[in-house]
Amino acid sequence: MASYQSLDIKRRSASTSTPPTVRSTGLEVAKLIDVSKCIGCKACQSACLEWNNLKEEVGVNTGVYDNPHDLTPNSWTLMRFSEWDNPDNGNFEWLIRKDGCMHCADPGCLKACPSPGAIVQYTNGIVDFVSENCIGCAYCVKGCPFNIPRISQVDRKAYKCTLCSDRVSVGMGPACAKACPTAAIMFGTKEDMKDQAAQRIVDLKSRGFANAGLYDPQGVGGTHVMYVLHHLDKPEIYAGLPKDPQISPLVSAWKGGAKLLALGAIAFAAVGAFFHHTIVGPNRVTDTDEANAADLAEEANGAEPTPETRTL
Amino acid sequence: MAIEIERRPLIVERTEVKRYSASARVNHWITAICFVLLTLSGLALFHPSLFFLTDLFGGGANTRAFHPWIGVVLVASFSVLFVRFWRLNLWNRDDTRWMTQIGDVVKGEEEHLPELGKYNAGQKMVFWGTSLLLIVLLASGLVIWDQYFHGLVSINVNRLAALTHSLAAIGAILIIIVHIYAGIWVKGTVRAMTQGRVTGGWAWRHHRKWLRSEVKDEGDH
Repeated sequence: MASYQSLDIKRRSASTSTPPTVRSTGLEVAKLIDVSKCIGCKACQSACLEWNNLKEEVGVNTGVYDNPHDLTPNSWTLMRFSEWDNPDNGNFEWLIRKDGCMHCADPGCLKACPSPGAIVQYTNGIVDFVSENCIGCAYCVKGCPFNIPRISQVDRKAYKCTLCSDRVSVGMGPACAKACPTAAIMFGTKEDMKDQAAQRIVDLKSRGFANAGLYDPQGVGGTHVMYVLHHLDKPEIYAGLPKDPQISPLVSAWKGGAKLLALGAIAFAAVGAFFHHTIVGPNRVTDTDEANAADLAEEANGAEPTPETRTL
Repeated sequence: MAIEIERRPLIVERTEVKRYSASARVNHWITAICFVLLTLSGLALFHPSLFFLTDLFGGGANTRAFHPWIGVVLVASFSVLFVRFWRLNLWNRDDTRWMTQIGDVVKGEEEHLPELGKYNAGQKMVFWGTSLLLIVLLASGLVIWDQYFHGLVSINVNRLAALTHSLAAIGAILIIIVHIYAGIWVKGTVRAMTQGRVTGGWAWRHHRKWLRSEVKDEGDH
């Protein structure tokens, strides 16, 4: 998807040029997913498939509610169901987290992408894949700290939640938020969503969830999809939500300034070779070498050496 | 003195020695062509400023698709080269001495160096360095060949493989620069791989021990 104009682009993958800055950046948007209000109906999944006109294959039930079992190139959002026994009060808790792209402020996918403009970040914070520039290398998968992008085996393109950038660009909210019957999914400016979350957290704390809080991980500069969690101290219990997600140091090393150093080393070697030749000159075989070789051959077989060429 | 006067004998005797068979030459050049293609397509995805190189392969997606297959051909071809030449590249005492006199080597003052067999220590290091890096490149490359080996290893190993693949590739490119430059600098070398034969004088100057054994074999026939 590319639903914005180039003036709205804040960052562009594999591009060294400065993005346009003349226009004020405007508001950042965010989706707030209140896990404590989710009833697991999967209306968000259906709405996502419907709006984006995606078709998921009919799968097989393996005894869990997750359907499909994982994010796929066609399922950009997925309800992940976790059953958890709370050791503090003995309560059984059914934790349902709507998984999908977090739209990081510091997107690992964008950092890892080698194709110019295949991944863009808009000034409103949405991180979008521009399919026409995608080359299918799956570097975005390596870059992502949340295991979100999926590569289609059919067309070798990477897919993930667009935060309905096409809807947002014309002033609408994401399809999932519109479909959610309990308003567990909300959409607005990032500031408004933080305020909304703060109210919800006060409410949750008053009802015994002392560790309730907003999941807006700073390791990736904050996200434009945030969760209200009843147990912010243990995000892993929500189907493995990472506690302190960051772009892997391996990816940072791979995609960091060392690249220029490496190209510099190659250039240095090539230029160094040129100057070696300039200083030392060619290493030439002399006539004496040739004569010595001929003598050696002559000595060995006792025959007259035959001169191949004559130089006057 | 600024002016050197060279007195040449009227007749220069020239001999020729066979250095590479036709099949070794073909084997070498298949490997070399693959290496060049891999360098171009690999660097295209290595740094944004070199992405334009994908145009040589018909775009980014094609470059991504072709690169690993070219790698497979290169590894297959190099494996044959390895079998041909590994024995001749075993390290010996002369190589250690050659290394300690590296100053004479870069100045081209070979009269101070020990007599050498078919390969000198520099060539041997190119051989073993390339062999080692190709193993690393193959292993890390298969793992990040997402189209066929997706999910073969954990995501962190996958990330490590991408980093390793880049580093090993840079190492291999540096080695090849040395290899190509040595061929340019030492005159009369390239013909060994293009025509299969070198002059006796070339062999006398650079690989005298090898020349002696070739001459001896000839004499035995």
